[in-house]
Amino acid sequence: MANTKELQDLTTQVRRDILRMVHKVNSGHPGGSLGCAEFLVALYNEIMDRKDGFDMDGLNEDVFFLSNGHISPVFYSVLAHAGYFPVEELNTFRLIDSRLQGHPTTHEGLPGVRIASGSLGQGLSVALGAAQAKKLNNDTSLVYTLHGDGELQEGQNWEAIMYASAKKVDNLIATIDLNGQQIDGSTDTVLPMGSIKAKFEAFGWDVLEVNEGNDIDAILKGMAEAKALTGKGKPVCVLLKTVMGHGVDFMMYTHAWHGKAPNDEQLANALGQNPETLGDY
Amino acid sequence: MKTYTYTEKKDTRSGFGAGLAELGRTNPNVVALCADLIGSLKMDEFIKENPERFFQIGIAEANMMGIAAGLTIGGKIPFTGTFANFSTGRVYDQIRQSIAYSDKNVKICASHAGLTLGEDGATHQILEDIGLMKMLPGMTVINPCDYNQTKAATIAIAEHHGPVYLRFGRPSVPIFTPADQKFEIGKAINFTEGTDVTIVATGHLVWEALEASKTLNEKGISAEVINIHTIKPLDAKAILDSVAKTGCIVTAEEHNVIGGLGESVARVLATHNPTPQEFVGTNDTFGESGTPAQLMDKYGLNAEAIVKACETVIKRK
Repeated sequence: MANTKELQDLTTQVRRDILRMVHKVNSGHPGGSLGCAEFLVALYNEIMDRKDGFDMDGLNEDVFFLSNGHISPVFYSVLAHAGYFPVEELNTFRLIDSRLQGHPTTHEGLPGVRIASGSLGQGLSVALGAAQAKKLNNDTSLVYTLHGDGELQEGQNWEAIMYASAKKVDNLIATIDLNGQQIDGSTDTVLPMGSIKAKFEAFGWDVLEVNEGNDIDAILKGMAEAKALTGKGKPVCVLLKTVMGHGVDFMMYTHAWHGKAPNDEQLANALGQNPETLGDY
Repeated sequence: MKTYTYTEKKDTRSGFGAGLAELGRTNPNVVALCADLIGSLKMDEFIKENPERFFQIGIAEANMMGIAAGLTIGGKIPFTGTFANFSTGRVYDQIRQSIAYSDKNVKICASHAGLTLGEDGATHQILEDIGLMKMLPGMTVINPCDYNQTKAATIAIAEHHGPVYLRFGRPSVPIFTPADQKFEIGKAINFTEGTDVTIVATGHLVWEALEASKTLNEKGISAEVINIHTIKPLDAKAILDSVAKTGCIVTAEEHNVIGGLGESVARVLATHNPTPQEFVGTNDTFGESGTPAQLMDKYGLNAEAIVKACETVIKRK
């Protein structure tokens, strides 16, 4: 059981990894990655009940699906620090012959990844299948997912959201990264979605809100509550309010860094705001 | 010349239903999903015997493909069932990313393929599905020719690890392959030996090819009829061995000639042994409403069209 300080230190190191990965190849998606750093660190190191090593079926352990695959930098860094593959491999992000493709894939055999994602809106359906397979296998562990808020504009999500409650898939916790930003601007300017909470509730889900989605303790508390809601006949949704670009002042509160890498000077500035903790890869 | 007869006609989709029911009894990992077309896909028997292993998804094919991909992650072997149109074009990106690129062991089972869906018309008569599916890396594409072959193929694909597209149809067609056959993925079947022309056919056109070979025989033309049930991976050797004897080939399929079996055969021939070829298929067109027989006649997908194509190709030798 890690304490908050340890999780915070790991988060800072993950932020450094994200910035250095996207800077090196001058591509990738730092904004959403930075915003979800606390969540994925907490998920993999405290919330999920995971086995050592990796096998595709994930029997009798909690499994996670990243639906918004473009935040691969944070996913890869967290997976590496969780022991799925060497941290040094982060050096190969987006390079030719790498297992760390621009968007996550099972195709190159990277441990920790169970589905390809990148084309948006597909992750929840996959998670539902995995959750129903767990029930068939009498496996009482849970399925976790993460989705972007803009991603909810994809219609397949709503097929899955409708199905999940209809079929009482109650071993699933879907988290929505509510950062209010997407490529072309704020979600409210691109396609206002109204109350996401009301929509999930109308579709028969239990919904929890974590208003401090970049605060480790708030995440741990919210996810513990979410876990307590599982097994009661309803799927569970966590609305995680985060700040895109969190931890780097000039990347926060804007969609500008959704899919843009920092230059040398910007990288130095950003790393200065996130001093090394566990050591750079 | 070896000739084929039949005593019974049945729809190939019922072969799928029978195969799925047998898998339900023999393989506990097989699960089935359907998007509100249980009766059309003949899945009732499996569902009755294995209610806990059946997932009714509702009219939401994209969700069905994703759920199928997810079910493999617990070691299940999902068989999805809906019409061919909704099994492919409607959900291409879901199949591409969540199934094919993710190497998931999903069996996409597609009924009512092609013109023989009949009266519902072109919105439902997909003639592009073989092309869509064969282009996906790692996807196996199978189009069996009768009830028995469809049943055997359904059972066989459960033993194959990897994504499979299994295409079958709605109308009753002659049963002319053995009930006890062992289905080998990727292995062509020679129905008749011949020396003048090779006919390579798939799906409902195999029976038509056999009928054509009888007519050709009466005209003194010796046709070799090969059943390619597996369009990908293609049995290139069977095709090359046959054209080495006959020197020309006709391909026949209930599909657009663009993107279908014929083009796969043409690629093999162009690469290894350029050979005159004629294509029996639909010619870059949508279908329309009508009875299956009327449509196959109007669009030139029958024995008569195969005979004509053979006569044409022989002249090109």
